Amino acid sequence: MKWRRRVAVIGTGQTEHTRKRDDVSQQELVREAARRALADAEMTPGDIDAVVLANMELFEGRALPELWCAEGAAGAGKPVLKIATGGTSGTSGAIAGALQVASGMFDTVLVVGFEKQSEGQTAAGMALTDPMWDRHVASAAIGNFALSISQYMAERGVTQEQAAKVAVKARRNAARNPYAHLQQPGLTVEQVLASSVLAWPIHMLEMCPTSDGACALVYAAEEVARRRCPRPAWVRAAATRHDHPYIGDLDRRLVTMRTLRDAAREAYAQAGVTEPLEQFDVAEIYEPVSYAELAWYEALGFCKEGEAGRLIEDGVTAMDGQLPVNPSGGVLSTNPIGASGVIRTAEAALQLHGKGGQRQVPGARLALVTGYGVYAWSDVLILSSDPG
Amino acid sequence: MTGAVVIGVGQTAYEAAKPHQAIPEMVLEAVERALGDARIGMEEVDAVVTASVDLWDGRTASNIQVTEVVGAVMKPEARVAGDGLLAAIHAAMTVAAGAYGTVLVAAHCKMSEGQHWACSNWAVDPICQQPLGLDFLSAAGLQARAYQARHGPGARHWARVVEKNTRSARASPLAPRGPARSAAEVMASPMIADPLRALDAAPATDGACVLILASPERAKSLGCNRAVALLGAGYACEPHYLGDRDLTATEALAAASRRAYAMAGIERPLGEVQVVECSEAFSYQELLWCEGLGLCGPGEGARLLEDGITVPGGRLPVNPSGGMLGGSPFVVAGLARLAEAVLQVRGEAAGRQVAGVRRAIAHGTHGPAGQHHSVVVVGA
Repeated sequence: MKWRRRVAVIGTGQTEHTRKRDDVSQQELVREAARRALADAEMTPGDIDAVVLANMELFEGRALPELWCAEGAAGAGKPVLKIATGGTSGTSGAIAGALQVASGMFDTVLVVGFEKQSEGQTAAGMALTDPMWDRHVASAAIGNFALSISQYMAERGVTQEQAAKVAVKARRNAARNPYAHLQQPGLTVEQVLASSVLAWPIHMLEMCPTSDGACALVYAAEEVARRRCPRPAWVRAAATRHDHPYIGDLDRRLVTMRTLRDAAREAYAQAGVTEPLEQFDVAEIYEPVSYAELAWYEALGFCKEGEAGRLIEDGVTAMDGQLPVNPSGGVLSTNPIGASGVIRTAEAALQLHGKGGQRQVPGARLALVTGYGVYAWSDVLILSSDPG
Repeated sequence: MTGAVVIGVGQTAYEAAKPHQAIPEMVLEAVERALGDARIGMEEVDAVVTASVDLWDGRTASNIQVTEVVGAVMKPEARVAGDGLLAAIHAAMTVAAGAYGTVLVAAHCKMSEGQHWACSNWAVDPICQQPLGLDFLSAAGLQARAYQARHGPGARHWARVVEKNTRSARASPLAPRGPARSAAEVMASPMIADPLRALDAAPATDGACVLILASPERAKSLGCNRAVALLGAGYACEPHYLGDRDLTATEALAAASRRAYAMAGIERPLGEVQVVECSEAFSYQELLWCEGLGLCGPGEGARLLEDGITVPGGRLPVNPSGGMLGGSPFVVAGLARLAEAVLQVRGEAAGRQVAGVRRAIAHGTHGPAGQHHSVVVVGA
């Protein structure tokens, strides 16, 4: 890590996530999460130097939503900017906020990710990424994933049952997270495979939901963090990789997942991680669909290529396994897009703060966070109880 | 000091429409110019920050289309969905943090492919304001009216801003080829948001602007001997509802400039800075932004112009490039101001150079009636 100064997450807060929050506006949704994060950090709005918002506003047919919503994040009169990079918006916002503190420009930054998907039509919004190809084939996330997954299955031998087990694990974990959207604790592999096929081989119950929600976290520079927080979650690494947009220009996208693989390698080098499965105590990874989690295991170096199925079958990534992956229930249980990456970061910090409640991994000290967006873009963050 | 310097600048020509170029092609042109200006290859760029706004592009995740031309394949990229100067300030922070040695900042907008005022209606509160039709134009009309009522300068004063900036733009090789407008022409143009007339509003244009930032150490190792330092930076956002703001007080601009000046060690900009490039989406805003930037007291913006201080050849020329009235597009405008400020400090602003520039101010804004402001001070 070569940052100018140390940065830690000292507070987190999120809304209850659900299909439709028609009792609040977007600004009020932001306020709900921001207020909880400030309360968690025992801070007031006046303690915040700057605000970063993360949101994909076109999904709700909005423009420049920070102009309206920043006040929900105590942003009136303060430096405010909005980061938007598709699904990675939340993790990109989390990285942006950390870098702003590391730069010395601000001592405290509040990051809030939010999305009210119920006010828009996300699949239609996603088909608007490109007027030449995507708009005509309405490919969006599910269609693009289906193509990549077919290739991944063929090459790595992953089975439908193994993928279904990922969804079962996610929902079992989500049942211990009071904020998670989908509450399906008793879900079985048979039910997943019997649910409707969205685009082969993806079944309804193994795809992420459409959620409304917001999540906030408070960053502080070292001196403030040590003064205010008994167990700061130090940012030890951050790395990002983007890639070619067209699916045809990027062969074997999910098989190699080169953006995640390379971002992880860089982040591991920054934080001194050589054996991820052994060294990480918990991981919050951005798995929009069951199969993605398996592909990410391989790209993240949790196992050798082709062994991801065994990891889920052996329970290595279950709550009581060697490396619990997504104690929160993950994106498979909760997906308010702009918030999803902030949730990953906040949930990882929550574990290091020891405030995970029923989803706490005992003694968690080193946590991995990933973000996935658009066409295989990847963010990786590493949080640690050790400032390094 | 922000801890970052500018080592390359590239702008496309700004035109009413660029039907011959898709957005990626337009951005590529600016990228190649910036890399050429910095005399480096894309392999020297560590990370990218883009600026674009989806609704204006009619696309979701409008940075996808430029990923390849900005060189972000297998590199870090973040998009600031807002004004380009804000993207540059964020990029400077990532450099100052020590995360990257060089960052390419790219802003684009093709206003010809959308409807600016209609899009801006979607940027106001959707519950109480959007249904009323409030947009950046009607908000500006209200602000101009409030400014007039509070401080006196009226249509004939701000028409002279159009006269000055459209004349200056004719000297800039990048500005659209339009006629210089006389104050009389401005005042005879159709009323569009009382008291604003058609020629009081900046024209809709297409274009892209790219800057390459670096740490001072990296700039040195790359052999860049024309690096211009970002001496100070600040940004701030006012409350959203027009009724919650004093539209004549420019509080966010004052806060942003205080921060930038403090970092740059500037006490009185009028004596310590030699040129200002501001984002005047409307004629009256140049007067108001001069006040917010602390070049004069409240209500004295018109005096600065009348006394010949802000005109070309004056003590502190404002917008020798022609500014937004001279043709910089939305989103791009703030970054283009920074590009112009850098060229001024380098003494390379052909046709629009101000003599003896040591320090320059760049300003960007977005939102209804200048809700959000960014300020950067650059110097040798």
